[in-house]
Amino acid sequence: MTDHEHDHHHHDHDHSELSETELRVRALETILTEKGYVDPASLDRLIETYETKVGPRNGARVVARAWSDPDYRSRLIKNATPAIAELGYAGRQGEHIVAVENTPALHNMVVCTLCSCYPWPVLGLPPVWYKSAPYRSKAVKDPRGVLRDFGFELPEATDIRVWDSTAEIRYLVLPMRPKGTEGWSEARLAELVTRDSMIGTGLPKQPNEVN
Amino acid sequence: MDGAHDMGGVAWSGPVIPEPNEPVFHAEWERRAFAITLAMGMPGGWNIDMSRFAREDRPPDDYLGKSYYQIWLAGLERLMLERGLIAPDEVKAGKPLHPAKPVMRKLTPEGVAAMLHRGGPTERESNGPARFASGDRVRAKVIHPPTHTRLPRYVRGHVGMVERVLGCHVFPDSNATGAGENPQWLYTVTFDGRELWGDGSDQGLKVSVDAWEPYLERV
Repeated sequence: MTDHEHDHHHHDHDHSELSETELRVRALETILTEKGYVDPASLDRLIETYETKVGPRNGARVVARAWSDPDYRSRLIKNATPAIAELGYAGRQGEHIVAVENTPALHNMVVCTLCSCYPWPVLGLPPVWYKSAPYRSKAVKDPRGVLRDFGFELPEATDIRVWDSTAEIRYLVLPMRPKGTEGWSEARLAELVTRDSMIGTGLPKQPNEVN
Repeated sequence: MDGAHDMGGVAWSGPVIPEPNEPVFHAEWERRAFAITLAMGMPGGWNIDMSRFAREDRPPDDYLGKSYYQIWLAGLERLMLERGLIAPDEVKAGKPLHPAKPVMRKLTPEGVAAMLHRGGPTERESNGPARFASGDRVRAKVIHPPTHTRLPRYVRGHVGMVERVLGCHVFPDSNATGAGENPQWLYTVTFDGRELWGDGSDQGLKVSVDAWEPYLERV
């Protein structure tokens, strides 16, 4: 069975159990609410936060600032947590952040082989593939193969460095600034910064890919 | 514990399949499961290491057969059952059957932003000097505790180099069992690809883990 088939199988599996899981979550919320442990309005607030306020646009602003301001970039590389807090991003799952810089000689990639550790304040909640068995198993052994799964080939001469987030340190990749962006504003640069480029499974967009 | 969650380098790695324009959640129940889990941390009083253990401490077919938020849900139910916050017959009935257990704190809507902003920093005052410094060669110990640990199997027994000293941090192996925070020095330890995977490894590969001092011995 290929993994693609496995993936389909998994979805079917989810589907057949979906109603059961749905009912269970609903039941739990009822029990916890009636017992006074949770307030449904707090749940709504949490969901709204991660669906509308906290996401990879935050990280894109950090990267664009680092591309534009050499002093900021130095502060980010030296001690990322306070540098990121300068832009207002801090807290849960980003209490201790380290920024790692891509260069023509070195490409960085971030994984959590043990669970799903991810820098929430700058990237939001992790995508499904980041939490999946294929990524968690393959990233530390065959990261170039992972990059091929994402559709790009890393030059042979570029070394690759994988950061397995096994503690409460969260990693943010600082990708290389695309050529042909001299004089761009931070806001315009931020449009080039993709989520995957900050995990290390992608590259920033090229100038001709945005307006 | 040596569970199915410890996935680094295992053989069943297949293609990674990204989903274009992926939504934050894929179903309404995922939204609620996520939020209930975050909100219950306050009245529940457990810590992140206890949460992780409650999720990972299950048979491989169970762990691998569940979707991500189904694992969260199962972990949350276990933590609540263990503490008597809910009872099995209530989960079955889908409604409360027993009086609530008094809880110290509850997450209010007004408190959400502050709770998220505060987070849970793990760095603590050191109670002694760090044993290792950048550049030291260290071996990840061969350990197989039945309890929670954050030393992945694929580095155990292998030699790497201390790259960064990250300060003194809460030690998950103690914190997960309720034995206290027991802060320990934490290091980024970098391994050569060939050290981990043999001569067939990518020549230009380096992999690091963040490892607490008790996981390491000097070479």
